[in-house]
Amino acid sequence: MTPAIGVAALAAVAVATVLVGFYGLRISRTTGDFYVASRTVRPWWNASAIGGEYLSAASFLGVAGLIMVSGSSALWYPVGYTAGFLMLLLFVAAPLRRSGAYTIPDFAGARLGSLAARRTTSVLVVLIGWLYIVPQLQGAALAVRITTGLPGWAGSAAVVAVVVFAVMLGGMRSITFVQAFQFWLKLAAIGIPAVFLALHVVGQGAPSLADAAAAAAAGGGAADDGGGAGADDGGSGPVGGYRTLSIMVALLFGTLGLPHVLVRFYTNPDGRSARRTTVIVLCLLSVFYVFPTTLGVLGRLAAPGLASEGDAIAILLPEALVAGPLGTALSALVLAGAMAAFLSTSSGLLVSVAGVISQELFGGSVRGFRIATPLSALVPLAAAVAGGSQALAGSVGLVFAFTASTICPLLVLGIWWRGLTPTGAMAGMATGALACGGAVVASGLLGPPGEAAGALSVVAELCAQPALWTVPLAFAVMAAVSRASRTTLPRGADRFLVRLHSPEPRP
Amino acid sequence: MSPDSLSLAVIATALAVGVAAAVVAWRVWRSRRDFGSEAERASYTILHAASQAGRSLRGGLDPDGAARAARHLRSMIGAPALALTDESRLLAWDGAGPAHAATAMALAAATLGHGRTRVASGDELDCAAAGCRERECPVRSAVVAPVRAGSRVIGTVIALSPAAGAGLVRATGELADWVATQAELAELDRSRTLLMEAEVRALRAQISPHFIYNSLNAIASYILTDPARARELVVEFADFTRYSFRRHGDFTTLAEELRSIDRYLLLERARFGERLQVSLRIAPEVLGTVIPFLSLQPLVENAVRHGLEAREGVGHIEITAEDTPNEAIVRIEDDGAGMDPERVREVLAGRAGGDHVGLRNVDARLRQVYGDDHGLVVETAPGEGTLIELRIPKSQPQHEVRPPLD
Repeated sequence: MTPAIGVAALAAVAVATVLVGFYGLRISRTTGDFYVASRTVRPWWNASAIGGEYLSAASFLGVAGLIMVSGSSALWYPVGYTAGFLMLLLFVAAPLRRSGAYTIPDFAGARLGSLAARRTTSVLVVLIGWLYIVPQLQGAALAVRITTGLPGWAGSAAVVAVVVFAVMLGGMRSITFVQAFQFWLKLAAIGIPAVFLALHVVGQGAPSLADAAAAAAAGGGAADDGGGAGADDGGSGPVGGYRTLSIMVALLFGTLGLPHVLVRFYTNPDGRSARRTTVIVLCLLSVFYVFPTTLGVLGRLAAPGLASEGDAIAILLPEALVAGPLGTALSALVLAGAMAAFLSTSSGLLVSVAGVISQELFGGSVRGFRIATPLSALVPLAAAVAGGSQALAGSVGLVFAFTASTICPLLVLGIWWRGLTPTGAMAGMATGALACGGAVVASGLLGPPGEAAGALSVVAELCAQPALWTVPLAFAVMAAVSRASRTTLPRGADRFLVRLHSPEPRP
Repeated sequence: MSPDSLSLAVIATALAVGVAAAVVAWRVWRSRRDFGSEAERASYTILHAASQAGRSLRGGLDPDGAARAARHLRSMIGAPALALTDESRLLAWDGAGPAHAATAMALAAATLGHGRTRVASGDELDCAAAGCRERECPVRSAVVAPVRAGSRVIGTVIALSPAAGAGLVRATGELADWVATQAELAELDRSRTLLMEAEVRALRAQISPHFIYNSLNAIASYILTDPARARELVVEFADFTRYSFRRHGDFTTLAEELRSIDRYLLLERARFGERLQVSLRIAPEVLGTVIPFLSLQPLVENAVRHGLEAREGVGHIEITAEDTPNEAIVRIEDDGAGMDPERVREVLAGRAGGDHVGLRNVDARLRQVYGDDHGLVVETAPGEGTLIELRIPKSQPQHEVRPPLD
């Protein structure tokens, strides 16, 4: 792809995002349409918006890359990314909507009646938001580097600039609209090339798709030698089993605490539509993840040489398989979709993070939000530029593990157990954060699990995917400390729980 | 995230927490060091105990607060034991000889009756009778001082010591007076809350009588010429009044309030026809936001009256609701006659009444519910129209919306 086309695709998405943001809902209505205006956001719209906000660089590029590199064992990632919403549906969606609390810190404050617990939660939410933005920026760096030849930091900086600009100028005024638009853009941008390439490969007489899928699923084997960016062979053996299980725990429970996803549920008028929204999200995501998976499988079959490109294969594959301008056009489409993924996820996260910071430090004013926005964008930008590039799906998986070990126990126990105390909640969150953060740091020091010897190898394995032990640990500490500090049970807890769980009357 | 950048982030967080802890520790250490003489320390101790006790007594003379306050009260007069009673029961006993607690009401009875401080000793505090097995029990004599609210005795403070001297008697008297002051403050708090509730009750649901009169007149004018329209309007009027006169729940959602405004405007348009132009721009995200019941309708009514009634020609009203991260911002703008800013200030401060009562009413409720930062912001000048802005926090877990009546 020539740099010009790459730049054009990136710029087009950026401009479209800003324009939709500005003009999406600026259409004035007269009183004749009053009822139209008073209509709340329909679950379909809201579900699209959640999908738009949720499908990040890891989903868009990372999944195809991982499947290309490590075969069927990577399939757990799309499964986990989707199945997390099932947990959300079962445990959190409706009660959270009924709580009337708008952010996770608000929820903690209202449920536990403690400023300290609220502040602890705020710090964690900000930290999670930052950790989550970093892979988006790294994805942008990757996309810009391979398509335009510009240095990687330019891509990160460009995304930050567009997002901060749009958010600061109020371009996210009609954020539901923007995010829903981004979802369908992403779906089209990956669906069209995937379908087209699949037909193309079949038409050229390559092994039929069914065979291909079977071959890829059977071994993950032959092509694996070239890979090794993280995941191992097909989940066989105790170590592989542990890792797969740990990833699943992280992805299933991590979705429960993602600040930018939870905020969307407030847009639902009541608990029932919050549930319906979640079901639709599940369907939309299931459809979406078929396509990056297809791309990964096609890559393995038709262009095994691209495996060394890792996360970039989704962008490079169309050009490699289809010669001429058509291939370039398809690649540009994928690139545009990837850009949409970086922009939508980071803008959602940035709004959440800046919202929490402005609430805690500036009393929630609009001015405070304007100050907090660039500040909270600079931290992840610095981290993205300083840190190297890693497999996107894996690094986002670690953020999920961190969320699952901190916010998830707070939400689940806060909603379902009346015995939770402020002390218990803070102790549990701190334990989860330290255990998970410590494990990731230790894993960085120890190196990949395969390299260390003996007992050290087991430790390295435990640290590489910590969720399986950090999540139960955080739950256990939270419950145990709450039992021990029973005397400090918050006063209005019973009333609050009744409100969370009593169904609304039908309108 | 690479492990590198993640560990960087973790290390940075740890550093930040460390620095914060160090700052707190240093400030605590400095505040300790800054105490000078013995006298300064003593007065600090007493005042600190007083403020702690005062906080516990905020709810008045109840067993919960009294139990917490008794410890501080005892340290203020330095007696080995101290008891607090109200008119009929023992509220708290702190310090030595808890077995004597059963006799506290007997000690208090006389003072509750005649309202004078008295000293008891000897038989009244007999250890054997009270079942006290402490050796060298310090509860040998008692000073019982009345806690008065106005002319009424609402309780007693009983200080117990081995031997009650004049010092202890006077100190106990002073302490009882101090407790009385706290109880009165609590009473004041309570009546202020009641007053606020009464005010809210009075403030809510003020549909102006003008509007009812004008609407009925407008409907009457259609009855002969366009009976179908008249019927429609009467139904709208009925729906509007049902919403406005409902008697439960102080909060509603923005969507409900807008629906009621729609009905209101429909009725106003029956009167003004094409002269009244309204446009809306509502972010759908904020429709579920909880707002005080009838907090927008008076503002729209204000816009109609001052934007339209006072002049000839077409008047525009624009209602917008914007979604920001923590607040919903609602604006109501008209291009009518405007107001004198000084006068608006007077109205909002409650010094001037007149036909802007609705404004003051909404402003007072918003301030009461969300705090002084969330009052109305009014931008206006004579002849320049009026812009009224409300900022409603999106997160209100403490406020529950009751479902509509039907």
